[in-house]
Amino acid sequence: MEAIAFYLFSAITIGMFSVVVFSKNALYAMSALAGGMIAISGFFFLLDADFLGAVQIIVYTGAVMALYAFGMMFFDTTKDVKENIRETKIINGLWIASFILLIVIVSVPFISDQIMLDAPLSDHKVIGANNPQAVGIFLFTKYLVQFELAAVMLLVAMIAGIILVSKKMDVSLTTTIDDEIEKEEFHIKDAK
Amino acid sequence: MITLTHYLVLSAILFAIGLAGVIRRKNLLLLFFSTEIMLNAVNIGFAAVSKFYGDLTGQMVSFFIIAVAASEVAVGLGLLVLWYKRTGTIDLESMQEMKG
Repeated sequence: MEAIAFYLFSAITIGMFSVVVFSKNALYAMSALAGGMIAISGFFFLLDADFLGAVQIIVYTGAVMALYAFGMMFFDTTKDVKENIRETKIINGLWIASFILLIVIVSVPFISDQIMLDAPLSDHKVIGANNPQAVGIFLFTKYLVQFELAAVMLLVAMIAGIILVSKKMDVSLTTTIDDEIEKEEFHIKDAK
Repeated sequence: MITLTHYLVLSAILFAIGLAGVIRRKNLLLLFFSTEIMLNAVNIGFAAVSKFYGDLTGQMVSFFIIAVAASEVAVGLGLLVLWYKRTGTIDLESMQEMKG
């Protein structure tokens, strides 16, 4: 049963993400990305990480994809994306490098079997309904500092997002010539 | 029987798909999508290690990765909208100011 679910979700995710990478239409890519995220949350439920699966659905398919959908309102998404893709030596070299990386990622776990357990949970039950409880206990004891740092980082990101989009920042101050700034100042004086 | 290796191979495949997207894509929005794929691939690997070693640390790291991804999207998309307002394009080539 687990095998069926694993291979089904694998096929869905790989297919969806291939669409994201190779599709010409940005809207198709975004929809496929949302579908792939849902399938990935299926893996988390399969791996007894229930809370992580719920967070995956809420944060990724809820917040992140909504944010991307909002961002795509600014850009023209109905047209096909025109991309100047050149198959050069550099790209082929990077491909080879990526496959070397792939092999390393796959083979290192066989080589290094001894992973140090940082928080062994033989005495806790961390599966099923107890998973969110165990996650909460760890998040507020062992990982409290990281948790607070993540909270501050999200706050900074929120402020940055608001400032970047709402403030009048679509004129570059560094590339504007001084004369134009002076001219604008004159206009302000005239208006007064 | 699905073992840890299955999950790690899947994670590696998804990571390679994302990496190929980052290498291939020239549109900045679709480049962001590819980075999301890579982050998700890593999350699967962490969750799998967490299960098969009976250790919750992997899930914790996954949570922080999700937090990083969320803030990355907020800031990155803000910058992208700004770039689009300024130049009228979100093509990666438009960022080459020095022709070398």
